[in-house]
Amino acid sequence: MSVPVGHYQYDRIDRDFLQARIAEFEGQVKRRLDGTLSEDEFKPLRLMNGLYLQLHAYMLRVAIPYGILDSRQLRKLGEIAQHYDRDYGHFTTRQNIQFNWIRLEDTPDILRELAEVDMHAIQTSGNCIRNVTSDEYAGAAADELVDPRVHAEVLRQWSTLHPEFTFLPRKFKIAISGSPNDRVAARFHDIGILARPGDDGTPVFRIFVGGGLGRTPVIGEELFDSVREEHLLATLEAILRVYNAHGRRDNIYKARIKILVQAIGVEAYREAVEAELDQMELDRYRLTPEAVAAIRARFAIPLLEAPDDADAVLTQQRRDDPLFDRWVRSNTHVHRDPGHIIATISLKPAGGIPGDATSGQIGRLADLADAYSFGEIRITHLQNVVLGHVRKDRLRDLWLGLSEVGLAEANIGLIGDIVACPGLDYCALANARSIPIAQKLGARFADTALQAEIGALRINISGCINACGHHHAGHIGLLGVDKRGEEFFQLTVGGRAENGAALGTILGAALPEDETVDAIARLVDCYLGLRESGETFLETLTRLGHEPFREAAYEAV
Amino acid sequence: MKLFELGERTAQVHDVLVTVAELAERDDARAVLLESADDPALLRPYLNRLDLVVLRFSIFRDGRGFTQARELREYLRFSGEIRAEGHILPDQAAFLRRCGVDSVVLPKNGNGDPGLWEKQLRQFPIAYQRSVLPERAIGSGFRVEEAP
Repeated sequence: MSVPVGHYQYDRIDRDFLQARIAEFEGQVKRRLDGTLSEDEFKPLRLMNGLYLQLHAYMLRVAIPYGILDSRQLRKLGEIAQHYDRDYGHFTTRQNIQFNWIRLEDTPDILRELAEVDMHAIQTSGNCIRNVTSDEYAGAAADELVDPRVHAEVLRQWSTLHPEFTFLPRKFKIAISGSPNDRVAARFHDIGILARPGDDGTPVFRIFVGGGLGRTPVIGEELFDSVREEHLLATLEAILRVYNAHGRRDNIYKARIKILVQAIGVEAYREAVEAELDQMELDRYRLTPEAVAAIRARFAIPLLEAPDDADAVLTQQRRDDPLFDRWVRSNTHVHRDPGHIIATISLKPAGGIPGDATSGQIGRLADLADAYSFGEIRITHLQNVVLGHVRKDRLRDLWLGLSEVGLAEANIGLIGDIVACPGLDYCALANARSIPIAQKLGARFADTALQAEIGALRINISGCINACGHHHAGHIGLLGVDKRGEEFFQLTVGGRAENGAALGTILGAALPEDETVDAIARLVDCYLGLRESGETFLETLTRLGHEPFREAAYEAV
Repeated sequence: MKLFELGERTAQVHDVLVTVAELAERDDARAVLLESADDPALLRPYLNRLDLVVLRFSIFRDGRGFTQARELREYLRFSGEIRAEGHILPDQAAFLRRCGVDSVVLPKNGNGDPGLWEKQLRQFPIAYQRSVLPERAIGSGFRVEEAP
């Protein structure tokens, strides 16, 4: 396949730029090793190239812009996992992949290997504009109004080594969606953008500002309802300029834009942004239709052809095979083309580590993407993998192929689809181990028939208050805390990142680690006993409030 | 004090460098020192007589100076020299230049090697966004040629 489907195709200029970035980083490593750069000076520079120093080793976070990559790129990630890591990679909640066991001196070589397939680690960390995330069903979902990928690529380019915004008070995360069903957690980002068609068909953008999780969870507030495409970049520059000038720099826990927005109020923030826009030379920032078209032209469009009976074939196969039918129910989404379907591949096997994939699985996913989805792969912000354009009559063959490598778990959006941060097994900040509790929960609810019976229920686990596992946004959230050297977990309920974003509220006192899984099982049983027909966990919770769930969770404690 | 020129304007040495607060008292001052917390708009009444604005970086991670430089160029149309001093890294050379800074006071340690600054200015052939400089656009996109 010469032109990849789904993401921007690099040209010579983009490739030269990547090589220059690698050369720059190599020089920085050298200056660190010869002592001309202090560790304090080197740290932000290496972070801006995705290189962290974790508990046991360096971690390299590789960017997957708007979560989309092609099979050639995915195979390269598998090779890197095999040669430079311990044969696996970890997909993150920001649609990236990270390798947890990297040697500093190997990093320039890894970056060069990534550049062979137009990949990099630029701005996957550091106090700059991070890799932009988007809807995992972009360009495929039936419910989409605007394909957000072109503008996500505009934002990726614009934010790359931005001269003014590379030394911000703190990290800065942008997500963009083009669907009325929020699949990007727009209101939990520093800037969340929802695109929709304007009157003349050109997209307009609704912009939220100051959302985020972490120590101070805040739901983003609407800054503008309808920003025109030509003013998208000017508006973002103005928002960032106010933040860069006025965001707090005296305390890293108070340095995110959400703290500034909360301190002055969204109205004052809007006035400040408008005051910037009034002074800016808007022509200089104008996003012209030609510029958008030039980027759009570098995206290949999949040729969606399916036999007339594709849908009928799938219907029959589902009838014949209940196991397949269960997987289709939980792991697929409606495609805009009636002959196609979107398949989500769970990286949450019962008892496994959420988001991890071995190099063998990564290679197999690349093969399956080539065979069934135009060689295109998407990584979701819930740490799963999507094949976006699967012909309905070939879906069962894909499922059989996935089964062979243990990737046919039928649990997307269900209780087994757990999001967890790396926790104390890797992270120097953590208070508790997130992965073992995720594994225990996964094993407890391993039965996919039971998961299907329970229905939509998200569990998010964070190993500390920095909330990388987004526990505030989980329908059930777990926060690891340390009590005199013992691991405890605090439970929250009622959070959600989708439409109607809400923060979870604390159910009661933190539970010892070995009682947490049982407490959640009782809480789920309580829901199953109390729900009315067709009610989801969140709906029952909304109707009845915390009390019955609190009683159930704590009854034996 | 060793100066390094990033762009077109030739760096000038000034004997009198005052703070923003002192500007009103000193009619002879042609050069002002702006701390990161100072609002560049305070310079508006004095811009006609100022030849040099020095932006002080207390630490290289504090990026307010980049916004100050752009405000001076873009909002206040300041056409004199802008200089960065303090804790700055050669790795920031192109960022400073593209925000409108003309010269830097070279740090007195390993970061002050003019060769490193020279190299960094030529590190990237292109940039992915417009800056305050008149850079040439590539095609119809918004990439520009980044020429030192």
